Amino acid sequence: MNSEHGHVIGPRTYILVFLSLMALTAVTIAAAFVDMGPMNIVAAVTIAVVKATLVLLYFMHVRYSDYLPRIFLGAGLFWFLILMALTLGDYLTRHLFRVGGW
Amino acid sequence: MSSGDKSTAVLSRHFEDLDQQKSAVTLGIWVFLVTEIMMFGGLFAGYVVYRNRYAAGFAEGSHHLDVLLGGINTAILIASSLTMAMAVFSAQTARRRALVAFLILTMVFGAAFLGIKAVEYGHKAHEHLIPGSHFHYEGAHRTGIYVFISFYFAMTGLHALHMIIGLGVMAVLLVKALRGRYGARNYMQVEVAGLYWHFVDIVWIFLFPLLYLIGRHV
Repeated sequence: MNSEHGHVIGPRTYILVFLSLMALTAVTIAAAFVDMGPMNIVAAVTIAVVKATLVLLYFMHVRYSDYLPRIFLGAGLFWFLILMALTLGDYLTRHLFRVGGW
Repeated sequence: MSSGDKSTAVLSRHFEDLDQQKSAVTLGIWVFLVTEIMMFGGLFAGYVVYRNRYAAGFAEGSHHLDVLLGGINTAILIASSLTMAMAVFSAQTARRRALVAFLILTMVFGAAFLGIKAVEYGHKAHEHLIPGSHFHYEGAHRTGIYVFISFYFAMTGLHALHMIIGLGVMAVLLVKALRGRYGARNYMQVEVAGLYWHFVDIVWIFLFPLLYLIGRHV
């Protein structure tokens, strides 16, 4: 446990993260106007994941947090992946089995 | 957390010491945020399923959203996250005036976001692109557009509701900050509100590309 009373992140780090987030926003908007086929979705989601990770690690202090909140966050994300995997495993394979309507 | 008088650290009776209280408070807000992941997660899963079902309608739907306004709002929200992070820093380092200033800035950015969102909703209503009996669309992908616009309002509406609640939380923090209640040993309320605010920012970081950008090139 991080018993020293909280790691204080300074303005320099926050401003660097802010500038990175702004740059990535510009990149994702620019990329959206280039036709890359299915890669458009991959690029958009990848950039969003990178941005969210920056926010989590620095703005939300996960990089310096105790293990317990990290475990809970990890569990939340893992459960979200289960939600997506099982849902898509159903809907995206329905055409293989000729289920009516979908 | 109980409220304190002036900036002295307040230890609730059921905790051993401030470190234990800080750990418990941090874990508490993270547990709440995990439930938020699951709530928005259901909408995101639904979005993916229906995007797959009505691919053309969703791609066309993106063209009915304003990338400029959406992009400006993204920048505003990221800026509000910066000012929120700076508010936490100000509280941690006992800079009362800076804390008040950054809280006000965060609220201004939050209000600006909601204002632009309201303008966008107005445009959609004017174009009859709203779910319900006023919906009207002449085109090949009428059903797909209807589903897209329904997801748009459900997802951005739930997000906007979180912003409004966040502004309410900020208002409480601001009043207490003005009274000098926060300091280097008593900043956890600011920290917890910050975690919530940044989470809402993350939700928008995904909503913006999914709703406004994907399908834009088609």
